[in-house]
Amino acid sequence: MTEVVIEITGLTKSFGQLEVLRGIDLTVTRGQVVCVIGPSGSGKSTLLRCVNLLEEPNSGSVVVNGVELNDPDADIDAARTRIGMVFQSFNLFAHQNVLNNLTLAQRKVLKRDRAKAQEVALANLERVGLSEKVNAMPGELSGGQQQRAAIARALSMDPDVMLFDEPTSALDPELVGEVLSVMRQLATEGMTMLVVTHEMQFAREVADTVLFMDAGVVVEQGPATQVIGNPRQERTKSFLHRVLNPVHVDEK
Amino acid sequence: MALSRRKRARLIRGTQYAILVVVAVVFALTADWTRIQQAFFRPEVVREMFPDVITVALLNTVIYTGLGFGFGLALAIPLALMRLSSVAPYRWISGIYVEFFRGLPALLVILAVGNGVPIAFPGAILNKYLALMVALGIVGSAYMAETLRAGIQAVPAGQVEAARSLGMSPMRTTIWVVIPQAFKIILPPLTNELILLTKDSSLALFLGASISEYELTQFGRVALNQYQSLTPVLVAGVCYLIITIPLSYLSRYLEKRGGGKKISSPESTGLDVTP
Repeated sequence: MTEVVIEITGLTKSFGQLEVLRGIDLTVTRGQVVCVIGPSGSGKSTLLRCVNLLEEPNSGSVVVNGVELNDPDADIDAARTRIGMVFQSFNLFAHQNVLNNLTLAQRKVLKRDRAKAQEVALANLERVGLSEKVNAMPGELSGGQQQRAAIARALSMDPDVMLFDEPTSALDPELVGEVLSVMRQLATEGMTMLVVTHEMQFAREVADTVLFMDAGVVVEQGPATQVIGNPRQERTKSFLHRVLNPVHVDEK
Repeated sequence: MALSRRKRARLIRGTQYAILVVVAVVFALTADWTRIQQAFFRPEVVREMFPDVITVALLNTVIYTGLGFGFGLALAIPLALMRLSSVAPYRWISGIYVEFFRGLPALLVILAVGNGVPIAFPGAILNKYLALMVALGIVGSAYMAETLRAGIQAVPAGQVEAARSLGMSPMRTTIWVVIPQAFKIILPPLTNELILLTKDSSLALFLGASISEYELTQFGRVALNQYQSLTPVLVAGVCYLIITIPLSYLSRYLEKRGGGKKISSPESTGLDVTP
């Protein structure tokens, strides 16, 4: 009954000499929320980008919805329509208004007609609380609004799983909350989510499983209460100590 | 004696105005105004040039330029995409084309197309409009292809990643996301290219033409011989400026608007993007 959505085995990735991922294994089942935490450069964003093949793995396998993505003969475009991606930098199409951002891929890829695409788009804008910004250009929106529109754009493709790549890292601190609350709502609705984040409180409250990564390997994984609340590994402890209490890093 | 800052500034400015006034006065007094007017501006010649200078010459200049620009743009898009292709021979062909036609005088290309094509392909029907469309198009496309390539490369990588993540193929991404944004970026330089082509259309003069095919420069030159006055040249010049000055303002306006409305992305703010 626990249906596997993402299955990663033995994943490695190098950029030139730099080994970014050194053998990652990860399973995400339907409805599960997995948060990946860790220091900058630990490979967590690369891991996420391998899940929709924005980065091509060097070895190992990435299977999403039963499709082996790094098989050169796999239909990657079809697979990607089922995988929603949310970027740190939003990446809304700058030349189109919010509505067209949400309908473009629906119409060109899923071949939905204009009326159907707009209906889906409006429903998803409602979901993220942006109904009144239908005709706004991305440049006219705040960072938080842009990110919510980007989430709605991904949702409009009816994905099986959503990937979030540090979705709040580029936001003003004041605007982080509105994006996290949309993500929390998605989790409540049962969306399968893989989230790379520095928001420890979000991870603690929403994640079913937390992965702590460092230097290209998963150092520790388990329930959020355990990995964040009571870490076993020294490396996890020192990372969390610095992140949760940055003012008193010196006092051990 | 040391001058105060204010006094020195006043002195320097005063001297400059004085020189300007003296030169203008000397010129006004010594010039033979009747003769200058005879040479450059005889109102009766201006009257006789109308309305043909507008309805034929200006119109033809606009048509030749428009055809050349349109054809050039149509050539430039595949050339720019070939330049960025993963297939090496495409890159070579596009590179050679651009270097070749950017390196030649526009006149040579016009002569080659206008005179060479009828010799090389005796059956080909090549009227003046078609010849200039092709010749100006070839010249323009070499510049526009490079501009467009730069524009395509200036579209942030995140835009492509977003489109690909939504399942759009590389082709769809290029058509619906990259090219439209590239055009927005290159609108100001493209407008400048239109100004250059407007002026290059004057080289049509070197291809034979019937009266109805005259553009501004040829019209002006024929009238120059007819009236033994430079007035037609002046009129033709003013007509060119009627086209080019608004375009030049348009280009500057687009540049300003483009500069003010940046694509918002943290890539440009130096934010840490974890690999």
